[in-house]
Amino acid sequence: MSEALHEITLTVNGVVREATVPGRRLLSDCLRRELGLTGTHVGCEHGVCGCCTVLLDGEPVRSCLTFAVSVDGHEITTVEGLSGPGGTLSPVQRAFSECHALQCGFCTPGFLCTATALLRDNPSPTDDEVIEGISGNLCRCTGYQNIVKAVHRAAELMGDEA
Amino acid sequence: MKPSAFDYHAPRDLGETLAVLAGAGAHGKVLAGGQSLIPLLNMRLAAPSHLIDINRVAALDTIAVEDGGVRVGALARHAAVERSSLVARAQPLLRDALKLVAHPVIRNRGTVVGSLVHADPSAELPAVLTVLDGSVRLARHGAPERDVPAGEFFTGPMESALEPGELAVSAFFPSLPARTGTAFCEVARRHGDYAMAGAAAVVTLDEDLRIASARVACVSVGPVPVLLDVSEVCAHRPAASVDWAAVARAVRDLIDPDGDIHATAGYRRHLTGVLAERALRIAAQEAADERAGEYPNE
Repeated sequence: MSEALHEITLTVNGVVREATVPGRRLLSDCLRRELGLTGTHVGCEHGVCGCCTVLLDGEPVRSCLTFAVSVDGHEITTVEGLSGPGGTLSPVQRAFSECHALQCGFCTPGFLCTATALLRDNPSPTDDEVIEGISGNLCRCTGYQNIVKAVHRAAELMGDEA
Repeated sequence: MKPSAFDYHAPRDLGETLAVLAGAGAHGKVLAGGQSLIPLLNMRLAAPSHLIDINRVAALDTIAVEDGGVRVGALARHAAVERSSLVARAQPLLRDALKLVAHPVIRNRGTVVGSLVHADPSAELPAVLTVLDGSVRLARHGAPERDVPAGEFFTGPMESALEPGELAVSAFFPSLPARTGTAFCEVARRHGDYAMAGAAAVVTLDEDLRIASARVACVSVGPVPVLLDVSEVCAHRPAASVDWAAVARAVRDLIDPDGDIHATAGYRRHLTGVLAERALRIAAQEAADERAGEYPNE
């Protein structure tokens, strides 16, 4: 008995993409495997580490705790979609680079997506709000101090550009 | 870690959902937010042969402040309930508890009714439903809906009164009587983790601001949320002259927690006493403040 497949259409980083997936295909695996977008990292696969965080209709969610077929027809933004035309880094990406908020980079895509949504909803967060906002993302090498600094720096950069 | 194969169903409305569920019987599992279910599927601790995804059933995505309380539909996300100022006014304990549920990103997807059906005795929302005497509305194909009170809904760790073929369509959180305050206090190893111990408290004062009723629902100390009525220990006194140490002692005497790698039974017992007392005192203070607010600008 072969497994049933589903035709789905996702708008990923502004581009309409089609994929054929079994019901059990996680969104994280669909992005990486069917769509070739390997910027979304898969860490723990049970929602603890936050590495696979993407934006679903603008809201950060765990792509490892979402089935691809479940979000058929919806908009997804991955880390590949955060930069501007020609690969210009977004303010959040520039701030992470400036503040040394990444070392090995494994957790970075999740932090970038989470921080991007956080600053959109709250353009000048307090320290506590930043810490609460990124509390669902684990970093195991850089340490959180520079990441918190980077989120504040990104808020400044976004304020300058506005 | 990948889920095992299942037949995926994506019903568009409630009738179709119930029909599919009835067909799947004990082999069917409902997917709402998936923030508890998908980890279980990924680790293959659960392997249903039919997954019924209710994410397209818009009629279940509701939050209604009704007479006497808040009714939360099966697809209302934690984040939406947490952000609703109408809900916070009608039942402030919901927002207080939701802020302690996992992390903001999980709350964007997870649902309130899903947490109740998951029935984890360490989770916040089952304790909230229990201490408020709320209920869960269950629907089944070809049968009338039934409301199950919180006290009968949670039947064991990760077990509820929901039967195969049934869908929890909504949960009802009653609002508070006059001169009533609430609080939720917990201790977790890390913020956002399941709590080692915690207590949801509801305190009602009489017209002379003496404690008329004091109840707590404790998490992580039994197979279901443990509801304790400590009104008698409060001895109908005003909060300032209650023997709070006796209240904490009573709570410790009434519970029978197990130990695990996160906390010994003794530590859980101690923590629960501290947290119950703390939550009750905050709730009593809130109730008194509400009394003071009854006559604004006078």
